[in-house]
Amino acid sequence: MLKNIDKLKKLSHKIRKTILDISYNSGEPSHIGGALSMAEILAVIYSNFNIKISKPFDRFILSKGHGFLGLLSVLYCKKFIKNKKEIFQFQKNGSEFIAHPIMNKSIGIETSNGSLGQGLSFGVGLAISYKKKNNNNSIIVVLGDGECYEGSVWEAAITATENNLNNLFIVVDCNGHQNDGAINKMMNFKEMKKKWLGFGWNVNSCDGHNIYDLIEAFKKSSKTKPTAIIAKTIKGKGVNFMENNNDWHHGRLTKNLYLESLKSINKS
Amino acid sequence: MNFKSIDAKQWLRMGPRAMFGQFMINIAKKNKKLMVLSADLGRSSGLARFKIEFPKQYISVGISEQNLVGVAAGLADEGFKVFITSFAPFLSMRASEQIRMNLGYMKHNVNLVALGSGLSMGFLGNSHFGLEDIAIMRTIPNLNVTCPADCSELGKVLDDYAFNDRGPSYIRLTGIPGSKNLYDKNYSYKFGKNITINKGNDILILSYGSVLGQARISVEALKKMNISVQLVNVVSLKPIDDSVITLLKKYKKIVTIEEHTSVGGLSTIMSEKLIKNQINSKLFSISLPDKFGPTGTYDYLLKYHALDSDSITKKIIKIFKKK
Repeated sequence: MLKNIDKLKKLSHKIRKTILDISYNSGEPSHIGGALSMAEILAVIYSNFNIKISKPFDRFILSKGHGFLGLLSVLYCKKFIKNKKEIFQFQKNGSEFIAHPIMNKSIGIETSNGSLGQGLSFGVGLAISYKKKNNNNSIIVVLGDGECYEGSVWEAAITATENNLNNLFIVVDCNGHQNDGAINKMMNFKEMKKKWLGFGWNVNSCDGHNIYDLIEAFKKSSKTKPTAIIAKTIKGKGVNFMENNNDWHHGRLTKNLYLESLKSINKS
Repeated sequence: MNFKSIDAKQWLRMGPRAMFGQFMINIAKKNKKLMVLSADLGRSSGLARFKIEFPKQYISVGISEQNLVGVAAGLADEGFKVFITSFAPFLSMRASEQIRMNLGYMKHNVNLVALGSGLSMGFLGNSHFGLEDIAIMRTIPNLNVTCPADCSELGKVLDDYAFNDRGPSYIRLTGIPGSKNLYDKNYSYKFGKNITINKGNDILILSYGSVLGQARISVEALKKMNISVQLVNVVSLKPIDDSVITLLKKYKKIVTIEEHTSVGGLSTIMSEKLIKNQINSKLFSISLPDKFGPTGTYDYLLKYHALDSDSITKKIIKIFKKK
């Protein structure tokens, strides 16, 4: 277990480094803060579930599409994309790797996304399909806390419990911020937990940067209900000048800032 | 799907919504991969019996159309043949962006069945009418838009989508039980192709959906007055059968008849074709106005908007006499 945690810590660090590398290489502003907040979440999902590009497999849907830098990084770290040159196409003219995912099943990108509040319904459809086919694999969807303002999230939440989708897991990346600033108090970490409980889900909240906590949260699944992991995170986690600084929701790394950010993640 | 004349007569009495449910039963018997979903409008889609006979192939997601489209896309991605139903505006407008992302952008093979489009919801009013749905749906890349004229054509369209890989679709149901049939006997339907209903020389009428039944009666009346009309069923609003361009060139007077506003429907499509192909023919549009009108029975509304056969006949005579 301890060895595994150490491995996943290293993977999280590599994901963060890759996020910064890709972002700096693009020369363009990109969604760094909300990608950094997901590093441990992605490390745990991609290591503890059987996510592959061929059947049978567990499937990962990034509903908070603007977190694509995080997804692209984990796909590289987990060798879905082998060549660094490819990920460095991020936000280059004409590239398929842009601010939001474009579906490409051959490298493990399951959906096109970018319009918030849509990933969970799709995940529910997949989870129902798996049940119908007696496929015991799981569906994992990551949502943002700001994303949970979208009404369609809650429509999907109801369908998930009504169909007893115990093969469906979501992680709400509660980094406490949205585009315009801090999440208001009705959608904060505590309230988020109550809301998913109220919708009949099996809910486990945890520190979204603590690997052990995350692994345990996934273990406490239910036999009858879908599981929501409410993960408290820090937007911009790991880079001192980005943490809880919403200027880095979408920002550009200069050479100096890039070097400083690398120093910062190496310290933490 | 082939049918007998006696079937067409019976189906007319059932109406398009009840027949949709019946056709789904026939398809489910042959295709175990069929899944039918509704956002709490199963009964209104004639699916009451379907639910009992094929409970594992039916899902109600409750009153949540946006969610309905997403769930359907997930099922389609796993290889199910998916048909989903709701009223026309609740699919085409409330779930419009979900349709754009899941069916348009990702090309998930879901068939949207828009119930009660046009004016057929009668006293339920403008909130339930499908006045603008074609205009919206046809702008989404990769989405087919198909508008069957009567129950037998509905059966052929559903069969075609169920047993072929046509890509995602918006299937628009108009008319009510008792609405005039377009087809009395079996005919050949081909995806994306127009169907000639009547041959004539003076005027070209292009139409689709339930009002074609009215147009056909008009054409018979006009025949007696020695006005010879070419009547064409444009069952596919997207893709458009480009053989229509030859007709647009041949006829100097063209009339589009549709149960849709004048914005973005068949008249707009044909205007685009005329301009792009530099064709000099005159185009006349018989359609719904760009406003919210009164409510009433379907027959009342067709007369109010001059889409009944008598009003159509009068308008065509006027157009015929115009120099």
